[in-house]
Amino acid sequence: MSEIVISCENVSKRYRIGQQERYGTLRDTLASMLAAPVRRLRSTVERAPAQNGHRGPSTFWALNDVSFEVRRGEVVGIIGHNGAGKSTLLKILSRITRPTSGSIELHGRVGSLLEVGTGFHPELSGRENIFLNGAMLGMKQAEIKRKFDEIVAFADVEKFIDTPVKRYSSGMYVRLAFGVAAHLEPEILIVDEVLAVGDAQFQRKCLGKMNDVAKSGRTVLFVSHNMAALRSLCNRGLVLDKGNLILDTDTETAVREYLSDDSAMEAQVVWNETDAPSTPEIRFLKAYILDEEGQYAPVIDCRKDFSIALEYEVLEPISGLRIGFFMRNAEGVGMCGSNDPEAWANLTREPHRYVSRCDFPGYTLNAGKYSVFFGADAPPNTHPSFVTPYCLSFTIEDVEGHGPFKDKLPGVVRPKLKWDVRQLSQS
Amino acid sequence: MESKLEIVSQGDALNHKLPTLMIGPAEGWTSLGLKEVWEYRELLYFLTWRDIKVRYKQTALGAAWAIIQPVFMMIVFSLFFGKLAGVKSDGVPYPIFTFCALLPWQLFAQALTSSSNSLVSNEQLITKVYFPRLIVPISAVMSGLVDFIISFAVLLALMAYYRVVPGVAVLSLPFFIVLAVMTALGVGLWLSALNVQYRDVRYTLNFLTQFWLFATPVAYSSTIVPERWRPLYGLNPMVGVVEGFRWALLGKTDGPGMMLWVSVGVVILILIGGLFYFRRMEQTFADIV
Repeated sequence: MSEIVISCENVSKRYRIGQQERYGTLRDTLASMLAAPVRRLRSTVERAPAQNGHRGPSTFWALNDVSFEVRRGEVVGIIGHNGAGKSTLLKILSRITRPTSGSIELHGRVGSLLEVGTGFHPELSGRENIFLNGAMLGMKQAEIKRKFDEIVAFADVEKFIDTPVKRYSSGMYVRLAFGVAAHLEPEILIVDEVLAVGDAQFQRKCLGKMNDVAKSGRTVLFVSHNMAALRSLCNRGLVLDKGNLILDTDTETAVREYLSDDSAMEAQVVWNETDAPSTPEIRFLKAYILDEEGQYAPVIDCRKDFSIALEYEVLEPISGLRIGFFMRNAEGVGMCGSNDPEAWANLTREPHRYVSRCDFPGYTLNAGKYSVFFGADAPPNTHPSFVTPYCLSFTIEDVEGHGPFKDKLPGVVRPKLKWDVRQLSQS
Repeated sequence: MESKLEIVSQGDALNHKLPTLMIGPAEGWTSLGLKEVWEYRELLYFLTWRDIKVRYKQTALGAAWAIIQPVFMMIVFSLFFGKLAGVKSDGVPYPIFTFCALLPWQLFAQALTSSSNSLVSNEQLITKVYFPRLIVPISAVMSGLVDFIISFAVLLALMAYYRVVPGVAVLSLPFFIVLAVMTALGVGLWLSALNVQYRDVRYTLNFLTQFWLFATPVAYSSTIVPERWRPLYGLNPMVGVVEGFRWALLGKTDGPGMMLWVSVGVVILILIGGLFYFRRMEQTFADIV
């Protein structure tokens, strides 16, 4: 076991919400500052809102008592939904902001990349920006000089290296910016969601570079929403949720936990009596997505089975009732639709509550967001006959990826297909 | 397996020189951390260089702006104060008398304005990357020196035109330049840190520099202030700087005397206070800016 390089103990970070940090006028502050040590200023500041009838500034904990240790050479993925505290954690580790309480011990030079192209100046040329940005990320001039050609080659901007970067295409800009950062060689590298930028080819390049870094024995902390990238790069995953570290385990388990997390409410739509789609014969109650274990799940692993289900109440006997749905993807392309008439043995449905569930096998839909609407009719009768708007959505996550760089596969479907390769006899 | 072993042994080799860093909650008053600023001197250099490089990009007149401002001020002052109001100029031609003062004044005013706004205008950096924050206002002050050097050439031309030859006192000029820079930095540290929280500073700055200009003997000589009030007058550190400049370059007066030492004392107080205040506030910059 290698030694511990990051040791994070009971780290919490509190933020004040909104503009609460600014009280009084400049004059008041100056006056009280001249009059008394700043400690007193702070107590004035914190007392101020009480005078306005509030109990105190509203605060929230972006991080709550987070403790973990990282050993040399570990590549740790930090996973969590927006607002889980990932970026705050990285900001504290890279010394941009201080924790409200707790402490961190770091052994080794820390390089952090929280944003691609920090400090790039549009008026300066590519060459100049490489030096400026490099210096900001903590590289020595000699180091930048040594790696200059490599950076330019990585970014593929040789021809434009003396052009102001404001004339760059956004792709060139991002490539150059990532190129500088990718050649940073600290003992501990901290990277925030930088793979979200650029085209697929570039993302592949970045991921390849990240892979090299990870393989070189450096310690890496990596935030991403790209589950495939996390799975291929990291050997450990930390799952954050609302500022709490809820899981510290291998990447596989962490990813699974993240995908099946507590936001089950998003995976269902519940209608109340007044807004339910209904006719005198039938009323919809709720619709939801279930994962293969039958749990509400807004995010589905593309390899796993899942179901779309609708609960409804039949109010008067209906003969020939059909419940169906239609699904489209985020681009609005219709995916498929289906209905349930063969699933019910009798012709007539008596008043009762029912659930119609449609099961999808794993490896059906490609990664992406999908929305669903539901409908009911009973041909050839004209009643009931109605459809809801698109009301339920879910995400298919590709945790497997494709090829050495774990890309998303092109296309709307993602079947698991069987291949056969054989030698042909020479004729 | 092999590669793993390699990594471990590599790690052991590195082990001895790994710096250790502790991160904890904000601490209140802390040390100045000047050693770290020194470690980041290359970044200081690059930021200064960036500001200089970018300053006159896409302007038609370019660096001429560095000259235009003080020269026009000189013309206006010479016309209204020198000619029409007949302000005394210590026995030297009024244009050179006032230009000698406008030079350090421009340096000061510009350095003060840009350092006070420096943290806010570099918000992007402060929230995304770590480095000693002191670098930001320091580099803003340093980049003002370039304009100073350019307009200094105008002064040399004026001196040649009026056949003013400086004496030995000219050797003290660097000291007064440093004093002007320190004044700007001292006040700039306070204002830049305040500006992070209170954007009022931005609007105060214009007013402050105008007010300060008239409280400084740029258009007039400090000899109009009664002798016994002069040490008090020296509480405005720019008084020491401006009179020092005149003394060093024109050599007509006896030197700033007591006023200067008062100014130097005030500058040291403002600067050290500013450094500590800045360091204290710096811990929350990224959260507030």
